[in-house]
Amino acid sequence: MTTYVFDSSRKWRLHDRVALRPEPFGALAYHYGNRRLTFLRSHDLVSVVESLPAHNSARAAFDAVGLDPKRWPSFEHALTSLAAGDFLVEADSE
Amino acid sequence: MTALTDQLSAGLNSPICLTWEWTYACDLQCVHCLSSSGRRDPRELSTEEMKAIVDQLAEMQVFYVNIGGGEPMLRPDFFELVEYCVEKGVGVKFSTNGGRITAENARRLAAMDYVDIQLSLDGVDELTNDAVRGEGTYARVREAMDHLRDAGFGTFKLSVVMTRENIPQIDSYAQLANEYGAELRLTRFRPSGRGVDTWHDLHPTSAQQVELYNWLLAHPEVLTGDSFFHLSALGEPLPGLNLCGAGRVVCLIDPVGDVYACPFVLHDHFRAGSVRDEGGFAAVWRSSDLFTSLREPTNPGACGSCGSYDACGGGCMAAKFFTGLPLDAPDPECVFGHGEEALAELERNGGAQRPVATSDHSKPRGVGRKRIPLTVVQ
Repeated sequence: MTTYVFDSSRKWRLHDRVALRPEPFGALAYHYGNRRLTFLRSHDLVSVVESLPAHNSARAAFDAVGLDPKRWPSFEHALTSLAAGDFLVEADSE
Repeated sequence: MTALTDQLSAGLNSPICLTWEWTYACDLQCVHCLSSSGRRDPRELSTEEMKAIVDQLAEMQVFYVNIGGGEPMLRPDFFELVEYCVEKGVGVKFSTNGGRITAENARRLAAMDYVDIQLSLDGVDELTNDAVRGEGTYARVREAMDHLRDAGFGTFKLSVVMTRENIPQIDSYAQLANEYGAELRLTRFRPSGRGVDTWHDLHPTSAQQVELYNWLLAHPEVLTGDSFFHLSALGEPLPGLNLCGAGRVVCLIDPVGDVYACPFVLHDHFRAGSVRDEGGFAAVWRSSDLFTSLREPTNPGACGSCGSYDACGGGCMAAKFFTGLPLDAPDPECVFGHGEEALAELERNGGAQRPVATSDHSKPRGVGRKRIPLTVVQ
């Protein structure tokens, strides 16, 4: 297995087989392909994930949703684990 | 508790883990059956009613359902309903005793997307398994496993209820699963259904609980459905959510449409409503009195002075209820022995008042597969 490194300078989007369900804490994400379930633990993270495909990089998406740059590293961390679980894919791939 | 478990405790828009039992009919009479299944209930939901539930689950974005019973494959509309779920985007994970996994059915299942199978096997050899599940069931489930492998089904799950008799076989289980490319799923034996009568003799000893806990920590890939959260009081938390999800993230729809807080509490005391009521399942999930009360902060009761309450949350509600313990008492299998003390205290005061079953579909004695007498083979 290769170690997946999330590159925030690239364009990302949710995998085609991933569904998001809004919940009081943020959202639940389910991957119908690998049957994994994961928690998006804040509403800001949900906003970022939803806006990823509209921007040419993850960083541009952070900026667009008005995320304080101090919080970017923790969001990059969260997106890295989503990419590792195949919930996120690069927008030009698949 | 972490912020996430706090939020989960307060309930979700839809369940994460929804168990849906399709029939009380079963050709087996397992001694630990949590739903006391055997005979079909004449009030069971019709095909149309079942499909209406699927429509509502799809609308609620329930990603998948855990189908059980009884033996769900005994429903004549089994495949029609599975196909309907998949068509609506509701994934299906179903538990079966394997009796209907013929070569042909295995091929049919292998051709479907979003369908996962759990085969129940409660001993790694015939003697141990058949004592619990009935004569001939070991050979039959091995045939079902062969059919799934031959059909190229891919990864299926072997599901084991952990008992005093099969905990010593745990490594052999992992090996068997591995031989078939299967995943191992271990669950806790609760004193629910017919388990009320057999729990005392079959539940793990305290030494076995420690052994199991250490084994699970060393094998994080093994699935448990979060059922051993009471063992987290031994130290490091086990992988998973480690909370009682009843009515918060988990619930059960039974074959007649009654909704219960979890699969282990098929009793009027934990019945939240029915899918046949106004508003259907969604109304029961979102606003029934029972589920609303289960989402309020729990009272630690007798466990309040124990430093491990945050780790185990006082344990399993069903295990307490069916052994006659109050719901704020320690779990009967509390790793520090507080549950055993509480049970002994009840005995000294005239005996535990165990609840009387309100939903029993067992066949009359003498019907069904012969069971091998339950004896410990040393």
